[in-house]
Amino acid sequence: MGSPMRIRAASKDGVTEVRILMNHEMETGQRRDGAGNVVPAWFIQEVKASLNGKNVMQAQWGPSIAKNPYLAFKVKGGKAGDKVSVTWVDNKGDSRTDEANVT
Amino acid sequence: MTDKTVGRRWVVKRGAVLAALAAAGMVVPKELFASWNKAAFEGKTADEVVKALGGSSAAASGEVQIIASDIAENGAVVPIQAVSRLANTQQIAILVLANPNVLAAVFDVGPDIVPDFTTRIKMSQTSNVIVLVKADGKFVSATKEIKVTLGGCGG
Repeated sequence: MGSPMRIRAASKDGVTEVRILMNHEMETGQRRDGAGNVVPAWFIQEVKASLNGKNVMQAQWGPSIAKNPYLAFKVKGGKAGDKVSVTWVDNKGDSRTDEANVT
Repeated sequence: MTDKTVGRRWVVKRGAVLAALAAAGMVVPKELFASWNKAAFEGKTADEVVKALGGSSAAASGEVQIIASDIAENGAVVPIQAVSRLANTQQIAILVLANPNVLAAVFDVGPDIVPDFTTRIKMSQTSNVIVLVKADGKFVSATKEIKVTLGGCGG
């Protein structure tokens, strides 16, 4: 399931800025542990966001997104009280969805 | 002897079932990631990534902007903002040329999205960072060198 995301969504002048802080290891698959074994890649591959149930943003990520990923994007429309939902899926098939209200 | 044979057959059958289950398990995530562009993320050069994303080449454009500091103290966390001022921007990608696989992220820009994304990337060493924009079916880009004083691969 992964740990919860922190989502802030603020509407200003007709544009809603959504800022997301995800909890994820984002292991590249390039690193070796103390015994010299390659640490397997483990990273978020897909991120989707919706505003009031309508899909507005989707992204594909590789392992070179930093650990505990931060993402900010801007979507037209949206007003206080609207619901923003964000979902990520990682390369192990794990996923997590969190919601926040626009302020 | 007969018992042993039966036991072996049973193990073989059970193994087959487990293998089938594992195969089924592998199929599910693949379907979930149907849109994950494996070829693009395995690209080792900017050209390979552009081709994997469906373009042929990318010209430099002043309408694409990379907002990031010139020097990153820690390559494991490099804040970067990618902005496109082109009308009909469809896709924005972030590439780090010195990383083992150059593509870091691809954002699909729908009609409701302002093409302005901020995220944090990992950089193995000082490198040119490219923001690649697909607008009206054409690929254009902007490049900026970011100096890394501490590599990002150590974790």
